[in-house]
Amino acid sequence: MSWFSALYRSAVGKKAVMAVTGIILFGFIVLHLIGNLKLYEPGLYKAPGETGPGVRYINAYGLFLRHVGEPALPAYGALWIFRIVLLVAVILHIWAAWQLTLMSRAARPRAYASRPKIHTTYASRTLRWGGVIILLFVIYHLLDFTAGTVNPGFVEGDVYRNVVASFSRWYVSLFYILAQMALGLHLYHGLWSLFQSLGWNHPRFNHWRSGFAHAFAWIITIGNVSFPLAVLTGLVHK
Amino acid sequence: MNLTLHVWRQKGPADEGRMVQYEVKDVSEHASFLEMLDVLNQQLIGRGEEPVAFEHDCREGICGSCGFMINGDAHGPMPGTTVCQLHMRHFKDGDVLHIEPWRSRAFPVLKDLVVDRGAFDRIIQAGGFISVATGEAPEANLIPVPKPVADRAMDAAQCIGCGACVAQCPNGAASLFTSAKVSHLNLLPQGQPERFDRALSMVEAMDREGFGYCSNHAECEAVCPKEISIDFIARMNRDYLKAKAQRGMKTPLQT
Repeated sequence: MSWFSALYRSAVGKKAVMAVTGIILFGFIVLHLIGNLKLYEPGLYKAPGETGPGVRYINAYGLFLRHVGEPALPAYGALWIFRIVLLVAVILHIWAAWQLTLMSRAARPRAYASRPKIHTTYASRTLRWGGVIILLFVIYHLLDFTAGTVNPGFVEGDVYRNVVASFSRWYVSLFYILAQMALGLHLYHGLWSLFQSLGWNHPRFNHWRSGFAHAFAWIITIGNVSFPLAVLTGLVHK
Repeated sequence: MNLTLHVWRQKGPADEGRMVQYEVKDVSEHASFLEMLDVLNQQLIGRGEEPVAFEHDCREGICGSCGFMINGDAHGPMPGTTVCQLHMRHFKDGDVLHIEPWRSRAFPVLKDLVVDRGAFDRIIQAGGFISVATGEAPEANLIPVPKPVADRAMDAAQCIGCGACVAQCPNGAASLFTSAKVSHLNLLPQGQPERFDRALSMVEAMDREGFGYCSNHAECEAVCPKEISIDFIARMNRDYLKAKAQRGMKTPLQT
């Protein structure tokens, strides 16, 4: 681990840690969106050989996540491995961001009387506060759909019902939508920035980096915003 | 044209410092920004006041001596220029201009608009050189350098070390300067033997000086008088991370 702490001591190393943990979290966000799209799958899922009416696709998917890897792994085993990786990534991402923010504050003890002009993007300037909004959102989101404490009449395993119950309240949906916009901006700068931080640049593919960041920021934002909108407009209902 | 200037006045490193308002009348549009300040200083000397101290040398935009903030822009509003090559025709009668020194913990203000950029010198001392035997200049064509590589190295070598990148950066980082100096040598064959040591020692020297970190805003690129690309920052990061990885995997040759 000594090489890691030696690397982490430098600002470039901290940024590399932010980039790598960012990639892990981005991967999770993509999988999370793909999973959520099951909300739109019509009809009911029936396991092979199962009798009875079957269950909503998204509920079947939730069940799959809890039992994936069985019997090699215990129930929830793969899920917990996944959660621990994500938790470590989140902690490192925030810890590095916090230390870098302090470093940045210390680097300019006296502010300019006339504020420096902004020549570049809005997304890069909202990164820190956007990150804070996303963190608050994630905490609420876990209480809503994992713990169920803020979900009215939470039923564990009935993902479809819980989603409809939560998003039927307009103010919750509005909060989700705003948080997803913050996530979109955060992703746009982050997805481009990680290439710089890790030194992944080459004249031949440099112009793809911005396109990649734009595309995925939009895909994730539109995809995630569609769920509360679908509930509010009645497209997805009980 | 007539201008209202708010200029940072600070008697010395220990002085608190403050913005002071001056009126400058009949400024020629052909004057450079520094010549406009020369006019102001003549007025101040005439009134028995202390003239505004600012650094300058060649006034051709190639020495890197001059530079300060004009209304929140390092080297003023025109892209790709130093303040000595900024002409008054880009301003208009009645403009109010706020003139401040570079603000960075690593660049303490010495007097008025003059800052100590010794931190840059110490970064260069850490690795911004190649170790060769001195003596007569070697035959220029002894080591062939491919044209695209030579061009790229020259793009980096254009850095005049003025400090605008640090001044504009919201994090007060010196990444553009350091990366230009690292890349200039790391691209060329002469720089290869010390390539990874250079990346390590210059990046770590940059951290020691108390500069901030790079969050890829690209503000530096926007104000750099030599329009140096942030691609060099990615190059520097790559060489630094590679160097760290090599150190982690292998026993170093020398300890």
